[in-house]
Amino acid sequence: MPDMQRPTLGSASFGFVMGTLAGAALLLLAAPTLVVLVTSFTDGYSLKFPPPAYSLRWYASLIDAWQLQDAALVSLKLGAVVTAVSVVLGTAAALAIGRSRRAWARGLDALFMSPLVLPALAFGLASLVFFSTAGVELSFLTLAIGHIVVSVPYVLRTTLASLAQLDPALLESSESLGAGRLYTFRRVTLPTIRNGIGAGAFIAFMSSFDNIPVSLFMADARNEVLPIRMWQILENSLDVRAAAVSGVLIAVTVLAMVVMERVAGLSRQLR
Amino acid sequence: MTAATAITAPGLAGPATAARPRIGREWTLALPLATFFAVFFVTPLLLLVAVSLYADAEMTRFGLDQYIRFFGDAFNLAVLGSTLLLGVKVTALTLLFGYPLAWLYTRSGPRMQSALILVIILPLLTSVVVRTFAWIVILGRDGIVNNLLLSLGLAETPLRLLYTEGGLVAALVQVQMPLMVLPLITTLSRLDPNLLDASAALGAGPWRGFLKVTLPLSLPGIVAGCLLTYAASVTAFITQSLVGGGQMLFMPQYIYQQTITLHNWPFAAAISIVFMVSVLGVVMLFNLLGRASKGYVHA
Repeated sequence: MPDMQRPTLGSASFGFVMGTLAGAALLLLAAPTLVVLVTSFTDGYSLKFPPPAYSLRWYASLIDAWQLQDAALVSLKLGAVVTAVSVVLGTAAALAIGRSRRAWARGLDALFMSPLVLPALAFGLASLVFFSTAGVELSFLTLAIGHIVVSVPYVLRTTLASLAQLDPALLESSESLGAGRLYTFRRVTLPTIRNGIGAGAFIAFMSSFDNIPVSLFMADARNEVLPIRMWQILENSLDVRAAAVSGVLIAVTVLAMVVMERVAGLSRQLR
Repeated sequence: MTAATAITAPGLAGPATAARPRIGREWTLALPLATFFAVFFVTPLLLLVAVSLYADAEMTRFGLDQYIRFFGDAFNLAVLGSTLLLGVKVTALTLLFGYPLAWLYTRSGPRMQSALILVIILPLLTSVVVRTFAWIVILGRDGIVNNLLLSLGLAETPLRLLYTEGGLVAALVQVQMPLMVLPLITTLSRLDPNLLDASAALGAGPWRGFLKVTLPLSLPGIVAGCLLTYAASVTAFITQSLVGGGQMLFMPQYIYQQTITLHNWPFAAAISIVFMVSVLGVVMLFNLLGRASKGYVHA
Protein backbone atom coordinates (compact mmCIF):
# COMPACT_ATOMS: atom_id res chain seq x y z
CA MET A 1 0.00 0.00 0.00
CA PRO A 2 1.31 3.47 -0.76
CA ASP A 3 1.60 5.48 2.41
CA MET A 4 0.49 9.10 2.36
CA GLN A 5 3.80 10.65 3.44
CA ARG A 6 6.05 9.54 0.65
CA PRO A 7 4.16 10.88 -2.36
CA THR A 8 3.97 14.46 -1.02
CA LEU A 9 7.63 14.50 -0.03
CA GLY A 10 8.45 12.85 -3.33
CA SER A 11 6.48 15.31 -5.44
CA ALA A 12 7.96 18.27 -3.58
CA SER A 13 11.53 17.09 -4.09
CA PHE A 14 10.83 16.08 -7.68
CA GLY A 15 9.34 19.47 -8.54
CA PHE A 16 12.18 21.23 -6.75
CA VAL A 17 14.98 19.34 -8.52
CA MET A 18 13.41 19.57 -11.98
CA GLY A 19 12.44 23.22 -11.47
CA THR A 20 15.89 24.21 -10.25
CA LEU A 21 17.66 22.49 -13.13
CA ALA A 22 15.24 23.95 -15.68
CA GLY A 23 15.67 27.41 -14.14
CA ALA A 24 19.44 27.06 -14.30
CA ALA A 25 19.17 26.00 -17.94
CA LEU A 26 17.01 29.03 -18.76
CA LEU A 27 19.45 31.36 -17.02
CA LEU A 28 22.33 29.74 -18.86
CA LEU A 29 20.52 30.16 -22.19
CA ALA A 30 19.46 33.76 -21.72
CA ALA A 31 22.28 35.32 -19.69
CA PRO A 32 25.06 35.47 -22.32
CA THR A 33 22.85 37.32 -24.81
CA LEU A 34 21.85 39.86 -22.15
CA VAL A 35 25.47 40.26 -21.01
CA VAL A 36 26.59 41.07 -24.56
CA LEU A 37 23.77 43.57 -25.02
CA VAL A 38 24.59 45.39 -21.78
CA THR A 39 28.33 45.38 -22.51
CA SER A 40 27.81 46.83 -25.97
CA PHE A 41 26.50 50.07 -24.40
CA THR A 42 29.65 50.58 -22.35
CA ASP A 43 31.45 53.90 -22.24
CA GLY A 44 34.80 52.33 -21.44
CA TYR A 45 37.56 50.70 -23.47
CA SER A 46 37.43 47.32 -21.81
CA LEU A 47 34.88 44.53 -21.59
CA LYS A 48 34.24 45.18 -17.91
CA PHE A 49 30.90 43.97 -16.65
CA PRO A 50 28.87 45.76 -15.49
CA PRO A 51 30.17 48.70 -17.54
CA PRO A 52 31.39 51.76 -15.59
CA ALA A 53 29.16 54.09 -17.64
CA TYR A 54 26.83 53.79 -20.61
CA SER A 55 26.99 55.36 -24.06
CA LEU A 56 26.36 54.63 -27.72
CA ARG A 57 29.93 55.37 -28.73
CA TRP A 58 30.76 51.86 -29.90
CA TYR A 59 27.67 51.73 -32.07
CA ALA A 60 28.65 55.12 -33.49
CA SER A 61 32.13 53.78 -34.19
CA LEU A 62 30.62 51.14 -36.49
CA ILE A 63 29.71 53.88 -38.99
CA ASP A 64 33.41 54.25 -39.90
CA ALA A 65 34.29 50.57 -39.58
CA TRP A 66 34.39 49.91 -43.31
CA GLN A 67 36.19 46.56 -42.92
CA LEU A 68 33.37 45.26 -40.76
CA GLN A 69 30.79 46.73 -43.13
CA ASP A 70 32.42 45.09 -46.16
CA ALA A 71 32.52 41.77 -44.35
CA ALA A 72 28.86 42.10 -43.37
CA LEU A 73 27.95 42.87 -46.98
CA VAL A 74 29.80 39.80 -48.25
CA SER A 75 28.07 37.65 -45.62
CA LEU A 76 24.63 38.99 -46.53
CA LYS A 77 25.20 38.45 -50.26
CA LEU A 78 26.56 34.99 -49.60
CA GLY A 79 23.64 34.09 -47.35
CA ALA A 80 21.14 35.20 -50.01
CA VAL A 81 22.79 33.16 -52.80
CA VAL A 82 23.27 30.10 -50.59
CA THR A 83 19.67 30.23 -49.36
CA ALA A 84 18.20 30.59 -52.86
CA VAL A 85 20.17 27.63 -54.25
CA SER A 86 19.61 25.52 -51.12
CA VAL A 87 15.85 26.06 -51.28
CA VAL A 88 15.60 25.02 -54.93
CA LEU A 89 17.88 21.96 -54.61
CA GLY A 90 16.60 20.99 -51.16
CA THR A 91 12.89 21.27 -51.90
CA ALA A 92 13.19 19.30 -55.14
CA ALA A 93 15.14 16.57 -53.36
CA ALA A 94 12.66 16.52 -50.47
CA LEU A 95 9.78 15.99 -52.93
CA ALA A 96 11.62 13.03 -54.41
CA ILE A 97 12.72 11.46 -51.13
CA GLY A 98 9.71 12.35 -49.00
CA ARG A 99 7.20 9.90 -50.38
CA SER A 100 9.52 7.00 -51.10
CA ARG A 101 10.35 4.25 -48.66
CA ARG A 102 12.82 2.65 -51.02
CA ALA A 103 16.45 2.02 -50.19
CA TRP A 104 17.78 4.67 -52.60
CA ALA A 105 15.66 7.32 -50.91
CA ARG A 106 16.89 6.35 -47.43
CA GLY A 107 20.46 6.31 -48.73
CA LEU A 108 20.18 9.75 -50.34
CA ASP A 109 18.52 11.08 -47.20
CA ALA A 110 21.45 9.90 -45.09
CA LEU A 111 23.94 11.35 -47.60
CA PHE A 112 22.25 14.76 -47.75
CA MET A 113 21.99 14.96 -43.96
CA SER A 114 25.56 13.85 -43.26
CA PRO A 115 27.07 17.39 -43.38
CA LEU A 116 25.19 18.01 -40.13
CA VAL A 117 27.14 15.42 -38.16
CA LEU A 118 30.41 15.40 -40.09
CA PRO A 119 33.08 17.75 -38.69
CA ALA A 120 32.56 20.80 -40.91
CA LEU A 121 36.19 21.80 -40.60
CA ALA A 122 37.27 18.55 -42.25
CA PHE A 123 34.85 19.24 -45.09
CA GLY A 124 36.27 22.77 -45.40
CA LEU A 125 39.77 21.32 -45.78
CA ALA A 126 38.48 18.72 -48.27
CA SER A 127 36.93 21.50 -50.38
CA LEU A 128 40.17 23.46 -50.33
CA VAL A 129 42.04 20.36 -51.51
CA PHE A 130 39.36 19.72 -54.15
CA PHE A 131 39.38 23.19 -55.71
CA SER A 132 43.15 23.54 -55.64
CA THR A 133 43.56 20.10 -57.25
CA ALA A 134 41.04 21.11 -59.93
CA GLY A 135 43.01 24.31 -60.45
CA VAL A 136 40.06 26.52 -59.53
CA GLU A 137 40.95 29.75 -57.75
CA LEU A 138 39.06 30.51 -54.56
CA SER A 139 36.28 33.01 -55.15
CA PHE A 140 32.80 34.00 -54.06
CA LEU A 141 31.50 31.07 -56.11
CA THR A 142 33.65 28.40 -54.42
CA LEU A 143 32.77 29.86 -51.03
CA ALA A 144 29.06 29.69 -51.90
CA ILE A 145 29.38 26.07 -53.07
CA GLY A 146 30.95 25.06 -49.77
CA HIS A 147 28.24 26.87 -47.82
CA ILE A 148 25.44 25.26 -49.85
CA VAL A 149 26.62 21.76 -48.91
CA VAL A 150 26.34 22.53 -45.19
CA SER A 151 23.12 24.59 -45.50
CA VAL A 152 21.00 22.28 -47.69
CA PRO A 153 20.33 19.76 -44.87
CA TYR A 154 18.33 22.37 -42.94
CA VAL A 155 15.98 23.04 -45.88
CA LEU A 156 15.69 19.32 -46.53
CA ARG A 157 14.90 18.51 -42.91
CA THR A 158 12.11 21.04 -42.40
CA THR A 159 10.63 20.41 -45.86
CA LEU A 160 10.60 16.64 -45.30
CA ALA A 161 8.92 17.16 -41.92
CA SER A 162 6.18 19.31 -43.47
CA LEU A 163 5.77 16.87 -46.37
CA ALA A 164 5.01 14.16 -43.83
CA GLN A 165 1.96 16.24 -42.82
CA LEU A 166 0.64 16.11 -46.38
CA ASP A 167 -2.06 13.50 -46.82
CA PRO A 168 -1.34 11.55 -50.04
CA ALA A 169 -5.10 11.26 -50.51
CA LEU A 170 -5.20 14.99 -51.29
CA LEU A 171 -2.75 14.49 -54.15
CA GLU A 172 -4.70 11.53 -55.44
CA SER A 173 -7.98 13.36 -55.41
CA SER A 174 -6.41 16.35 -57.13
CA GLU A 175 -5.02 14.03 -59.79
CA SER A 176 -8.21 12.07 -60.22
CA LEU A 177 -10.05 15.34 -60.68
CA GLY A 178 -7.87 15.94 -63.71
CA ALA A 179 -5.27 18.36 -62.31
CA GLY A 180 -1.82 18.22 -63.88
CA ARG A 181 1.30 17.56 -61.81
CA LEU A 182 2.38 21.19 -61.79
CA TYR A 183 -1.09 22.41 -60.90
CA THR A 184 -1.32 19.88 -58.08
CA PHE A 185 2.08 21.01 -56.82
CA ARG A 186 1.08 24.68 -56.84
CA ARG A 187 -2.37 24.29 -55.34
CA VAL A 188 -2.01 21.30 -52.99
CA THR A 189 1.60 20.47 -52.15
CA LEU A 190 3.10 23.95 -51.96
CA PRO A 191 0.55 25.47 -49.57
CA THR A 192 1.14 22.57 -47.17
CA ILE A 193 4.94 22.66 -47.21
CA ARG A 194 5.37 26.42 -47.62
CA ASN A 195 6.02 27.00 -43.92
CA GLY A 196 8.49 24.14 -43.77
CA ILE A 197 10.42 25.56 -46.72
CA GLY A 198 10.29 29.05 -45.18
CA ALA A 199 11.65 27.90 -41.84
CA GLY A 200 14.33 25.83 -43.59
CA ALA A 201 15.34 28.80 -45.74
CA PHE A 202 15.62 30.99 -42.65
CA ILE A 203 17.81 28.50 -40.80
CA ALA A 204 19.90 27.88 -43.92
CA PHE A 205 20.50 31.63 -44.20
CA MET A 206 21.47 31.90 -40.54
CA SER A 207 23.79 28.89 -40.79
CA SER A 208 25.54 30.39 -43.81
CA PHE A 209 25.72 33.85 -42.23
CA ASP A 210 27.30 32.27 -39.15
CA ASN A 211 29.48 29.66 -40.84
CA ILE A 212 33.14 29.62 -39.92
CA PRO A 213 34.58 26.12 -40.51
CA VAL A 214 33.99 26.21 -44.28
CA SER A 215 34.78 29.91 -44.70
CA LEU A 216 38.11 29.44 -42.89
CA PHE A 217 39.38 27.46 -45.84
CA MET A 218 37.25 28.74 -48.71
CA ALA A 219 37.25 32.52 -48.20
CA ASP A 220 39.95 34.46 -50.01
CA ALA A 221 41.14 37.97 -49.15
CA ARG A 222 38.48 39.64 -51.32
CA ASN A 223 35.65 37.73 -49.71
CA GLU A 224 36.19 38.08 -46.01
CA VAL A 225 33.00 37.14 -44.16
CA LEU A 226 31.69 38.76 -40.99
CA PRO A 227 32.12 35.90 -38.49
CA ILE A 228 35.77 35.43 -39.48
CA ARG A 229 36.41 39.16 -39.19
CA MET A 230 34.82 39.13 -35.72
CA TRP A 231 36.78 36.07 -34.70
CA GLN A 232 40.01 37.82 -35.66
CA ILE A 233 39.02 40.92 -33.69
CA LEU A 234 38.27 38.81 -30.63
CA GLU A 235 41.43 36.80 -30.93
CA ASN A 236 43.76 39.74 -31.48
CA SER A 237 42.51 42.83 -29.70
CA LEU A 238 39.24 42.21 -27.85
CA ASP A 239 37.99 45.42 -29.44
CA VAL A 240 34.77 46.68 -27.84
CA ARG A 241 33.41 47.25 -31.35
CA ALA A 242 32.86 43.49 -31.43
CA ALA A 243 30.27 44.01 -28.69
CA ALA A 244 28.48 46.64 -30.77
CA VAL A 245 28.45 44.35 -33.82
CA SER A 246 27.11 41.58 -31.58
CA GLY A 247 24.41 43.94 -30.35
CA VAL A 248 23.35 44.68 -33.92
CA LEU A 249 23.36 40.97 -34.81
CA ILE A 250 21.28 40.05 -31.75
CA ALA A 251 18.73 42.78 -32.53
CA VAL A 252 18.44 41.68 -36.17
CA THR A 253 18.19 38.00 -35.17
CA VAL A 254 15.44 38.65 -32.63
CA LEU A 255 13.53 40.75 -35.15
CA ALA A 256 13.89 38.12 -37.89
CA MET A 257 12.90 35.39 -35.46
CA VAL A 258 9.71 37.17 -34.38
CA VAL A 259 8.79 37.83 -38.02
CA MET A 260 9.46 34.19 -38.97
CA GLU A 261 7.45 33.01 -35.97
CA ARG A 262 4.48 35.05 -37.18
CA VAL A 263 4.85 34.17 -40.85
CA ALA A 264 5.92 30.53 -40.82
CA GLY A 265 5.47 29.34 -37.25
CA LEU A 266 9.22 28.90 -36.93
CA SER A 267 9.26 27.16 -33.55
CA ARG A 268 6.79 24.50 -34.73
CA GLN A 269 8.95 23.81 -37.79
CA LEU A 270 12.09 23.38 -35.72
CA ARG A 271 10.75 20.50 -33.74
CA MET B 1 -6.97 15.52 -42.25
CA THR B 2 -10.42 14.20 -41.48
CA ALA B 3 -11.82 15.69 -44.67
CA ALA B 4 -9.12 13.98 -46.67
CA THR B 5 -9.81 10.66 -45.01
CA ALA B 6 -13.46 11.05 -45.90
CA ILE B 7 -12.55 11.46 -49.56
CA THR B 8 -10.57 8.22 -49.62
CA ALA B 9 -13.11 6.33 -47.59
CA PRO B 10 -15.18 4.95 -50.53
CA GLY B 11 -12.10 2.96 -51.50
CA LEU B 12 -11.36 4.87 -54.68
CA ALA B 13 -7.65 5.15 -54.05
CA GLY B 14 -5.62 3.12 -51.63
CA PRO B 15 -2.06 4.35 -51.15
CA ALA B 16 -0.66 1.50 -53.24
CA THR B 17 -2.75 2.09 -56.36
CA ALA B 18 -2.26 5.84 -56.41
CA ALA B 19 1.46 5.70 -55.70
CA ARG B 20 2.21 3.60 -58.76
CA PRO B 21 2.06 6.15 -61.54
CA ARG B 22 4.14 8.70 -59.57
CA ILE B 23 7.12 6.51 -58.76
CA GLY B 24 8.48 6.45 -62.28
CA ARG B 25 9.62 10.04 -62.56
CA GLU B 26 9.75 11.34 -59.03
CA TRP B 27 13.35 10.33 -58.32
CA THR B 28 14.57 12.73 -61.04
CA LEU B 29 13.81 15.59 -58.65
CA ALA B 30 16.60 14.36 -56.39
CA LEU B 31 19.04 14.31 -59.28
CA PRO B 32 20.25 17.94 -59.09
CA LEU B 33 21.11 17.75 -55.40
CA ALA B 34 22.55 14.26 -55.77
CA THR B 35 24.83 15.50 -58.56
CA PHE B 36 25.79 18.55 -56.54
CA PHE B 37 26.69 16.37 -53.56
CA ALA B 38 28.58 13.86 -55.70
CA VAL B 39 30.78 16.60 -57.15
CA PHE B 40 31.18 19.02 -54.24
CA PHE B 41 30.84 16.78 -51.19
CA VAL B 42 31.74 13.17 -51.94
CA THR B 43 34.58 13.91 -54.39
CA PRO B 44 36.34 16.37 -52.03
CA LEU B 45 36.11 13.86 -49.18
CA LEU B 46 37.56 11.11 -51.39
CA LEU B 47 40.33 13.49 -52.44
CA LEU B 48 41.01 14.18 -48.77
CA VAL B 49 41.51 10.45 -48.24
CA ALA B 50 43.86 10.37 -51.26
CA VAL B 51 45.92 13.31 -49.97
CA SER B 52 46.22 11.68 -46.55
CA LEU B 53 47.94 8.75 -48.25
CA TYR B 54 50.93 10.83 -49.34
CA ALA B 55 53.99 9.86 -47.37
CA ASP B 56 55.59 13.32 -47.30
CA ALA B 57 54.45 16.92 -46.95
CA GLU B 58 55.71 17.67 -50.49
CA MET B 59 53.30 15.02 -51.81
CA THR B 60 55.76 13.04 -53.93
CA ARG B 61 55.18 9.43 -52.90
CA PHE B 62 52.41 7.36 -51.38
CA GLY B 63 52.45 5.55 -48.05
CA LEU B 64 50.71 5.21 -44.74
CA ASP B 65 53.36 7.37 -43.06
CA GLN B 66 50.93 10.08 -41.90
CA TYR B 67 48.74 7.61 -40.07
CA ILE B 68 51.75 5.84 -38.59
CA ARG B 69 53.01 9.24 -37.45
CA PHE B 70 49.64 10.11 -35.91
CA PHE B 71 49.16 6.90 -33.99
CA GLY B 72 52.83 6.59 -33.08
CA ASP B 73 52.85 9.82 -31.09
CA ALA B 74 51.22 9.96 -27.65
CA PHE B 75 50.69 13.71 -28.08
CA ASN B 76 48.36 13.20 -31.06
CA LEU B 77 46.42 10.49 -29.27
CA ALA B 78 46.00 12.79 -26.28
CA VAL B 79 44.59 15.53 -28.53
CA LEU B 80 42.11 13.07 -30.07
CA GLY B 81 41.21 11.62 -26.69
CA SER B 82 40.65 15.00 -25.03
CA THR B 83 38.49 16.14 -27.97
CA LEU B 84 36.25 13.06 -27.80
CA LEU B 85 36.11 13.32 -24.00
CA LEU B 86 35.22 17.02 -24.20
CA GLY B 87 32.19 16.02 -26.26
CA VAL B 88 31.14 13.47 -23.64
CA LYS B 89 31.38 16.00 -20.78
CA VAL B 90 29.46 18.66 -22.69
CA THR B 91 26.77 16.20 -23.82
CA ALA B 92 26.25 14.80 -20.31
CA LEU B 93 25.89 18.27 -18.75
CA THR B 94 23.66 19.49 -21.56
CA LEU B 95 21.37 16.52 -20.96
CA LEU B 96 21.34 17.13 -17.19
CA PHE B 97 20.13 20.73 -17.64
CA GLY B 98 18.29 20.37 -20.93
CA TYR B 99 16.01 17.52 -19.94
CA PRO B 100 14.32 19.37 -17.05
CA LEU B 101 13.89 22.38 -19.33
CA ALA B 102 12.15 20.28 -21.98
CA TRP B 103 10.06 18.70 -19.23
CA LEU B 104 9.10 22.17 -17.93
CA TYR B 105 8.13 23.19 -21.46
CA THR B 106 5.69 20.31 -21.93
CA ARG B 107 4.09 21.11 -18.55
CA SER B 108 3.58 24.82 -19.27
CA GLY B 109 0.59 26.62 -20.70
CA PRO B 110 0.59 27.90 -24.29
CA ARG B 111 1.71 31.46 -23.43
CA MET B 112 4.57 30.24 -21.27
CA GLN B 113 5.50 27.78 -24.01
CA SER B 114 5.94 30.46 -26.66
CA ALA B 115 8.09 32.49 -24.26
CA LEU B 116 10.19 29.43 -23.42
CA ILE B 117 10.66 28.40 -27.02
CA LEU B 118 12.00 31.86 -27.91
CA VAL B 119 14.55 31.66 -25.09
CA ILE B 120 15.52 28.19 -26.28
CA ILE B 121 15.81 29.03 -29.99
CA LEU B 122 17.43 32.45 -29.69
CA PRO B 123 20.92 31.10 -28.87
CA LEU B 124 20.59 28.62 -31.74
CA LEU B 125 20.12 31.46 -34.20
CA THR B 126 22.53 33.95 -32.64
CA SER B 127 25.98 33.89 -34.17
CA VAL B 128 28.39 31.47 -32.49
CA VAL B 129 30.99 34.22 -32.38
CA VAL B 130 28.56 36.43 -30.44
CA ARG B 131 27.70 33.66 -28.00
CA THR B 132 31.35 32.81 -27.47
CA PHE B 133 32.15 36.49 -27.05
CA ALA B 134 29.61 36.61 -24.22
CA TRP B 135 31.60 33.97 -22.37
CA ILE B 136 34.78 36.02 -22.72
CA VAL B 137 32.92 38.86 -20.96
CA ILE B 138 31.53 36.52 -18.32
CA LEU B 139 34.70 34.58 -17.57
CA GLY B 140 37.32 37.30 -18.14
CA ARG B 141 39.48 38.91 -15.44
CA ASP B 142 37.00 41.80 -15.15
CA GLY B 143 34.08 39.51 -15.82
CA ILE B 144 30.90 38.80 -13.90
CA VAL B 145 32.09 35.66 -12.18
CA ASN B 146 35.30 37.22 -10.94
CA ASN B 147 33.55 40.41 -9.78
CA LEU B 148 31.05 38.31 -7.89
CA LEU B 149 33.73 36.15 -6.27
CA LEU B 150 35.77 39.21 -5.28
CA SER B 151 32.84 41.13 -3.83
CA LEU B 152 31.70 38.11 -1.84
CA GLY B 153 35.22 37.69 -0.54
CA LEU B 154 35.43 34.18 -1.98
CA ALA B 155 38.59 35.07 -3.88
CA GLU B 156 41.30 37.62 -3.22
CA THR B 157 42.61 38.02 -6.71
CA PRO B 158 40.73 37.46 -10.00
CA LEU B 159 40.73 33.81 -10.96
CA ARG B 160 41.80 32.63 -14.35
CA LEU B 161 38.55 31.19 -15.72
CA LEU B 162 39.00 31.90 -19.38
CA TYR B 163 41.31 29.44 -21.14
CA THR B 164 40.41 26.65 -18.70
CA GLU B 165 38.58 23.46 -19.51
CA GLY B 166 35.81 24.22 -17.01
CA GLY B 167 35.12 27.53 -18.72
CA LEU B 168 35.13 25.88 -22.12
CA VAL B 169 32.69 23.17 -21.04
CA ALA B 170 30.32 25.78 -19.56
CA ALA B 171 30.41 27.82 -22.76
CA LEU B 172 29.86 24.76 -24.97
CA VAL B 173 26.94 23.58 -22.84
CA GLN B 174 25.25 26.93 -23.38
CA VAL B 175 26.09 27.11 -27.08
CA GLN B 176 24.75 23.60 -27.81
CA MET B 177 21.83 23.44 -25.35
CA PRO B 178 19.10 24.12 -27.97
CA LEU B 179 20.25 21.10 -30.01
CA MET B 180 19.50 18.93 -26.99
CA VAL B 181 16.28 20.59 -25.84
CA LEU B 182 14.42 20.69 -29.18
CA PRO B 183 14.35 16.91 -29.89
CA LEU B 184 13.54 16.28 -26.22
CA ILE B 185 10.53 18.61 -26.44
CA THR B 186 9.36 16.71 -29.52
CA THR B 187 9.43 13.31 -27.80
CA LEU B 188 8.12 14.52 -24.47
CA SER B 189 5.15 16.27 -26.14
CA ARG B 190 4.19 13.02 -27.83
CA LEU B 191 4.10 11.07 -24.57
CA ASP B 192 0.65 9.91 -23.57
CA PRO B 193 -0.14 11.73 -20.27
CA ASN B 194 -2.46 8.85 -19.36
CA LEU B 195 0.58 6.67 -18.78
CA LEU B 196 1.85 8.93 -16.00
CA ASP B 197 -1.63 9.22 -14.54
CA ALA B 198 -1.91 5.45 -14.56
CA SER B 199 1.45 5.12 -12.85
CA ALA B 200 0.38 7.67 -10.21
CA ALA B 201 -2.97 5.96 -9.73
CA LEU B 202 -1.12 2.72 -9.12
CA GLY B 203 0.77 4.39 -6.31
CA ALA B 204 4.04 5.38 -7.93
CA GLY B 205 5.46 8.69 -6.71
CA PRO B 206 6.71 11.32 -9.17
CA TRP B 207 10.31 10.09 -8.99
CA ARG B 208 9.32 6.53 -9.71
CA GLY B 209 6.90 7.58 -12.45
CA PHE B 210 9.65 9.68 -14.01
CA LEU B 211 12.29 6.97 -13.84
CA LYS B 212 10.03 4.11 -14.92
CA VAL B 213 7.72 5.82 -17.43
CA THR B 214 8.84 9.23 -18.70
CA LEU B 215 12.57 8.64 -18.94
CA PRO B 216 12.48 5.28 -20.78
CA LEU B 217 9.79 6.50 -23.19
CA SER B 218 11.78 9.61 -24.06
CA LEU B 219 14.93 7.63 -24.92
CA PRO B 220 14.63 8.32 -28.69
CA GLY B 221 14.67 12.06 -28.00
CA ILE B 222 17.58 11.70 -25.61
CA VAL B 223 19.56 9.79 -28.22
CA ALA B 224 18.75 12.32 -30.97
CA GLY B 225 19.67 15.25 -28.72
CA CYS B 226 22.90 13.66 -27.53
CA LEU B 227 23.92 12.87 -31.10
CA LEU B 228 23.48 16.45 -32.30
CA THR B 229 25.07 17.95 -29.19
CA TYR B 230 28.06 15.63 -29.33
CA ALA B 231 28.73 16.15 -33.03
CA ALA B 232 28.45 19.92 -32.64
CA SER B 233 30.60 20.27 -29.52
CA VAL B 234 33.60 18.24 -30.69
CA THR B 235 33.81 20.34 -33.87
CA ALA B 236 33.11 23.75 -32.30
CA PHE B 237 36.26 25.39 -33.60
CA ILE B 238 35.43 28.96 -32.59
CA THR B 239 34.36 28.29 -29.02
CA GLN B 240 37.25 25.91 -28.52
CA SER B 241 39.82 28.37 -29.80
CA LEU B 242 38.44 31.52 -28.12
CA VAL B 243 37.37 30.17 -24.72
CA GLY B 244 39.86 27.30 -24.63
CA GLY B 245 42.69 29.50 -25.82
CA GLY B 246 46.20 28.35 -26.66
CA GLN B 247 46.58 26.17 -23.57
CA MET B 248 44.38 23.35 -24.80
CA LEU B 249 44.58 21.81 -28.25
CA PHE B 250 41.61 20.03 -29.78
CA MET B 251 41.29 18.30 -33.12
CA PRO B 252 39.68 21.17 -35.10
CA GLN B 253 42.45 23.63 -34.17
CA TYR B 254 45.03 20.95 -34.80
CA ILE B 255 43.70 20.48 -38.35
CA TYR B 256 43.55 24.24 -38.93
CA GLN B 257 47.09 24.74 -37.62
CA GLN B 258 48.55 21.97 -39.78
CA THR B 259 46.80 23.31 -42.89
CA ILE B 260 47.05 27.10 -42.64
CA THR B 261 50.16 27.61 -40.51
CA LEU B 262 52.33 24.62 -41.40
CA HIS B 263 50.97 23.84 -44.89
CA ASN B 264 51.29 20.14 -44.17
CA TRP B 265 48.29 18.98 -46.18
CA PRO B 266 48.88 15.23 -46.01
CA PHE B 267 49.14 15.26 -42.21
CA ALA B 268 46.17 17.65 -41.89
CA ALA B 269 44.19 15.34 -44.18
CA ALA B 270 45.18 12.27 -42.17
CA ILE B 271 44.14 13.79 -38.84
CA SER B 272 40.89 15.00 -40.46
CA ILE B 273 40.14 11.45 -41.56
CA VAL B 274 40.98 10.03 -38.14
CA PHE B 275 38.78 12.70 -36.54
CA MET B 276 35.87 12.11 -38.93
CA VAL B 277 36.01 8.34 -38.50
CA SER B 278 36.08 8.70 -34.70
CA VAL B 279 33.11 11.09 -34.69
CA LEU B 280 31.18 8.88 -37.12
CA GLY B 281 31.96 5.91 -34.90
CA VAL B 282 30.43 7.66 -31.90
CA VAL B 283 27.45 8.81 -34.02
CA MET B 284 26.85 5.25 -35.21
CA LEU B 285 27.00 4.02 -31.63
CA PHE B 286 24.35 6.61 -30.71
CA ASN B 287 22.25 5.50 -33.70
CA LEU B 288 22.42 1.86 -32.59
CA LEU B 289 21.32 2.93 -29.12
CA GLY B 290 18.54 4.96 -30.73
CA ARG B 291 17.28 1.99 -32.70
CA ALA B 292 17.42 -0.20 -29.62
CA SER B 293 15.55 2.43 -27.61
CA LYS B 294 12.85 2.73 -30.27
CA GLY B 295 12.32 -1.01 -30.09
CA TYR B 296 12.06 -0.64 -26.34
CA VAL B 297 9.41 2.07 -26.67
CA HIS B 298 7.26 0.04 -29.05
CA ALA B 299 7.57 -3.15 -27.03
